[in-house]
Amino acid sequence: MGKSPTTKDDAQALFHSLRSAYSATPTNLKIIDLYVVFAVFTALIQVVYMAVVGSFPFNSFLSGVLSCVGTAVLAVCLRIQVNKENKEFKDLPPERAFADFVLCNLVLHLVIMNFLG
Amino acid sequence: MRHNSSQLGYKVQSASIEGRGVKLEIARSTVLKPIGDDSSSHFRLVSSPAIKFEMTRKLGFAFLLLAAASICEAAAIFSPISEAHRSAALELFSPAAGTFSSLEEATEALRTFEVLGIEIESDLKDSTCKSAVDALSSGSPNSKDLYYALRVSSVLQCKISDGALTGVALRLKDFVKDAKSLLDFYYSIGGLVLIKDQTSEVDVLLDDADGIFRSVKDLSQSDGKWRYSSNNPESSTYAAGIALETLSGVITLKSSDIDGNLIDALKRDVVKLFDNIDKYDDGAYYFDDRFVDASGHQGPVSATSSVARGLTTLASTSGSLNIPGDKILGLARFFLGIGVPGTGKDLYYQIDALASLDQSRVLVPLILSLQASVLSISSQDKLKVKVTTVLGSTGPPLSVKLMQVFSSGSKDASIINQELKFDPKEAVHVLDALPVGVDVGEYVFAFEIVLSDPEHKKIYVTGGRTKVPVYVTGVVKVENSKVEVLESDSVETQQKLDLPGKNDVALTANHLQKLRLSFQLTTPLQNPFKPHQALLKLRHESGVEHSFVVNSGKLFETTLDFLGLVENFFYLSGKYDMELTVGDPAMENSFLQPLGHIELDLPDAPEKYGPKPEIAHIFRLQEKRPPQELSYAFLGLVFVPFLAFLVGLLRLGVNMKNFPTSMIPAAFAILFHGGIAAVLGLYGLFWLKLDLFTTLKTLGVLGLFLMFVGHRTLSHLASASAKVKSA
Repeated sequence: MGKSPTTKDDAQALFHSLRSAYSATPTNLKIIDLYVVFAVFTALIQVVYMAVVGSFPFNSFLSGVLSCVGTAVLAVCLRIQVNKENKEFKDLPPERAFADFVLCNLVLHLVIMNFLG
Repeated sequence: MRHNSSQLGYKVQSASIEGRGVKLEIARSTVLKPIGDDSSSHFRLVSSPAIKFEMTRKLGFAFLLLAAASICEAAAIFSPISEAHRSAALELFSPAAGTFSSLEEATEALRTFEVLGIEIESDLKDSTCKSAVDALSSGSPNSKDLYYALRVSSVLQCKISDGALTGVALRLKDFVKDAKSLLDFYYSIGGLVLIKDQTSEVDVLLDDADGIFRSVKDLSQSDGKWRYSSNNPESSTYAAGIALETLSGVITLKSSDIDGNLIDALKRDVVKLFDNIDKYDDGAYYFDDRFVDASGHQGPVSATSSVARGLTTLASTSGSLNIPGDKILGLARFFLGIGVPGTGKDLYYQIDALASLDQSRVLVPLILSLQASVLSISSQDKLKVKVTTVLGSTGPPLSVKLMQVFSSGSKDASIINQELKFDPKEAVHVLDALPVGVDVGEYVFAFEIVLSDPEHKKIYVTGGRTKVPVYVTGVVKVENSKVEVLESDSVETQQKLDLPGKNDVALTANHLQKLRLSFQLTTPLQNPFKPHQALLKLRHESGVEHSFVVNSGKLFETTLDFLGLVENFFYLSGKYDMELTVGDPAMENSFLQPLGHIELDLPDAPEKYGPKPEIAHIFRLQEKRPPQELSYAFLGLVFVPFLAFLVGLLRLGVNMKNFPTSMIPAAFAILFHGGIAAVLGLYGLFWLKLDLFTTLKTLGVLGLFLMFVGHRTLSHLASASAKVKSA
């Protein structure tokens, strides 16, 4: 193949390099990433549902979506704090970050449950 | 309704009136007149058969003012003394047990009978004379008894010897000397005057007339009233009248001249008294003593009567007084305006005063009265006017002119200036025909009396223009009367009516139609007439009645719209009797006639008080919900990412290696996870049934537990990983 590299080849090469780089991340971070993806997907399904049936009751929709989004955000915060390569949180023990994550989730879910109706 | 005019005819005992008339003539021919306008000292006896008529300029001007002022008077009818007074006198003064109870009462009764010309039966006359004579000879210490006894005997012409009278005169003279109060003077001097009238043999002249005059005059007050005695400050107009009579008696009895200045001062006092006179709107003048004074007299009748007597007595003894004529006429009108009084005393005062005014030398009032104040055009009644003295006797020759006619309520009048014809047989002035334009209704006719002899103006007072109310009635024609039933303004049934005669129509109508009644009223002079009442009455067979006013305009009509009246008629259908009432005081043929009946067909009454329709509550419609299958499908779909998460976790190779193995940390770890699960379960319960407060309370407890446990677990894990790191 002596052709000049096409866009398709470039995209494929980019994708491969990303994949290989990603596999180097530690497992716990991958767990957190998976959790975030799971939360976002759940939110998306709820939005699709709302698009289909209408926004009544709106508070329930909001609480559902915000719970997913909120927990995703908290998970992202956890990932930042737990990541060993992050120089900022070098001195923060990951257990402490996890405790914060749990606490914040509990508070978030209390609010969500109240708003669910 | 036909008005019956009351006949004001009266029979007069001609002898006594003529007798009085003769006396009048004699009295009038001897007149004392002052010379000069201002009060001067001497008098001159003018004894000529004809009165020398000296009209002073002052008097003439006063008359002109009177004529102008009299127009402002209200209209009223004053009628002279009549049979009603005579019968009242007989009733009020009929003595119980055949004799009068006191000489005072006898005086009043006898004087009244004398004026009215009533004869007394001889038994009563004898018994009264006897009691009078007894009183005179009894030697009673009371001058009052002697006075009344003398009065009785002078009226009844009782026979008393001159000797007895001389004795009485001497006693009275003693009383005069010792007199202290006004009444003492009055009785004693009055008695002496009466003796003088009865006989000329007895010497009654007073020695110190001037001194007596002064002592009585001292009791006068500046406002014209008199006091009863010098110690008592009470004063009244009644006392003033008595004082005037007393003083004129003193003048009569004088043996020597009285100081002229005193008499002039007295006349000025009289004029002052008349300045404070009260007046009614219809031209009656009177004096009013509003309190009971020393002699027990009270009220306008006695006060005015006493002044009238005193005034006329004074005028007869000392010449004419400068009293305006309308006030004299006003006094006469006051007494005539009383009508027939209810008590004997009031009747005496009225009759006595009128008799005094009739003989007065000031001015004799003449009264204009109508023989009938209600005239009927249809019967062609003629208006008859009488001008007489207050006692009812004929006046001097005069003519009566109708000057103006006012229709009631309006100020403008038509000027007529028509002279009435005098009918000498009946002594009435007749208006041959009513003035043009006088139709049925209420009018005020203004008459003017013109004395034929201009010199009589000094003797009589007529009051210038006199207004009297006159009612004119007549038969009112009812024309074009018909009753119709209308169907939307077009006539369906019509029946002509014959009013005011009997009618019996039969109509039917339903509630969509109207009933119309119309007629025209015309007066005898072909003018449209508006009666006081015009009513149409509908009466149901059950007795329920409805009245409607018939509206006036060019045509009298009323339209009953049954559609609007259905509720007023209480939804009663059936036979209604119709009745028409037209009435007015000026209408001689006012009628209340049944017209017939009308069958009314009205709709049924609606149920007013039944139950109202039920209102169902409409709940809020539920929002459109998606079908259940779709919701379940998405519910399942939501769990898909969770499953994918779990699968991903497995693929990543999660393990539980870091889970502590030794007992206590393991227990804490389990408790930690259990705590989180419990909190999540609590949230689930919160969503399902708990409220926020219990949730928060429980959460607080669980949170504390969880924090403690979590801290232990995580610190254990941290120390474990630190060990691993350092190792």
